[in-house]
Amino acid sequence: MTLIDLANPTRFLALTARLLPWLAAATIILLAIGLYQSATAPDDYQQGATVKIMFIHVPNAWLSMFVWGVMSIASLGTLVWRHPLADVAAKAAAPIGASFTFLALLTGSLWGRPMWGTYWEWDARLTSVLILFLMYLGLMALWRAVDDPSRAARAAAVLTLVGALNLPIIKFSVDWWNTLHQPASVMRMGGSSLDRSFLIPLLVMAIAFTLLFVTLHLAAMRNEILRRRVRSLQMMQASRVAFSEVGTGSREGSTSKEVGAA
Amino acid sequence: MTALSALIRRDIRIALRVGGGALIGVLFFLTVVVLMPFAVGPDLALLSRLGPAILWLGALLASLLTLDRLFMADHEDGSLDLITMSRTPLELACAAKALAHWLAAGLPLIVATPVLGLLLNLDMVATGAVALTLLAGTPALTFTGMIGAALAVTLHRGGLLMAVLVLPLSIPVLIFGVAASQAAIVGPMTFGAPFSILCALSLVSLVIGPFAAAASLKHGLD
Repeated sequence: MTLIDLANPTRFLALTARLLPWLAAATIILLAIGLYQSATAPDDYQQGATVKIMFIHVPNAWLSMFVWGVMSIASLGTLVWRHPLADVAAKAAAPIGASFTFLALLTGSLWGRPMWGTYWEWDARLTSVLILFLMYLGLMALWRAVDDPSRAARAAAVLTLVGALNLPIIKFSVDWWNTLHQPASVMRMGGSSLDRSFLIPLLVMAIAFTLLFVTLHLAAMRNEILRRRVRSLQMMQASRVAFSEVGTGSREGSTSKEVGAA
Repeated sequence: MTALSALIRRDIRIALRVGGGALIGVLFFLTVVVLMPFAVGPDLALLSRLGPAILWLGALLASLLTLDRLFMADHEDGSLDLITMSRTPLELACAAKALAHWLAAGLPLIVATPVLGLLLNLDMVATGAVALTLLAGTPALTFTGMIGAALAVTLHRGGLLMAVLVLPLSIPVLIFGVAASQAAIVGPMTFGAPFSILCALSLVSLVIGPFAAAASLKHGLD
């Protein structure tokens, strides 16, 4: 089973129908383990119990960038390889990514209130994540502005790849501008600076959130494929109604018959 | 090369003649700056402190205002199809069009800056710094905005959608443009660091913009 075999939507639907229950179960189990571990993790000597926001905040922030990365690869699939499901993947990922970004901003601001004494600070990392959120919203507006999906897909793919330039700015903003947000502590040269009692729940939560994204993404892709099928069926029906109207001349009767048959 | 210079000359001529609308941007810039004292009050000290930010915001909005004409007029009269089908690479043609647009619509904004700086109570050094940062930064606005203009023309939707797509991309330019002007006026940072990042942003968008615009034109026009 290679990527090109999945170009057939029916095959993709059959495969994901078998995969989704397993993915959902794994997500729930890992989320339960992660939440239990984060609840029992020790309090920080400086931050107290508020450090537990980290276990939600950091996976959300990771995912907000990871989803844009997935969308960029899907956009390459649209523009370069012309994979038929690539634009479905890109379209389905955008609202999920926007939700993760919004949650990262929300939990960050709730964490910032007790720690920094303010909900919002125009700091480099916060600002660039806010830009990322605005770009997700702009991308969703672009998808909604055009009624032809294939035309919208190519435009959105170009915009996604341009927006991918923002990802490195977000990743390194904390190192470049030394402002309020703490520098990278998990993935950096010379090993993590987090204690093991924090690191293990954080990693479990990160894997659980990634699985959550994969599950939601596959389900959203299935919905999008089904939505497109419904749309093309509706258009076929509309053209049939239009033609039968020309033939019989009785508009009311044929329309109600078609609706009844559907 | 002659094809590109002909394209640049043609675009500048169209923009400057009747119906071109290049100088509308300057008029808009002037109006935005004149509106500001009504919003924040006629306090000269406050205006001179906010001056660089007001000028940068006005220039950003003015350059955005004229951008949707970049491909739209050519698309309407069919010359955009000729440009896409010609032997000149589309990327170079896009770069030439953006350069012509910047010369016709961006350069007048920079020329108008000293006059507007006078209205905002900026001294010589401050006005010079803002004009210099605008000179280095507005090409980035034009070349990233060109991506939005190309998307808008392929989707037959201009106006607000383009603003929503382009404004987030122009935030870094705004940040470093205002930071460099403020550094020159009040310190404590050196002028060089934000100014060179601003130049780098312009150079990056000079490379990215034409390719992205050409890609969306190639894929979008049927």
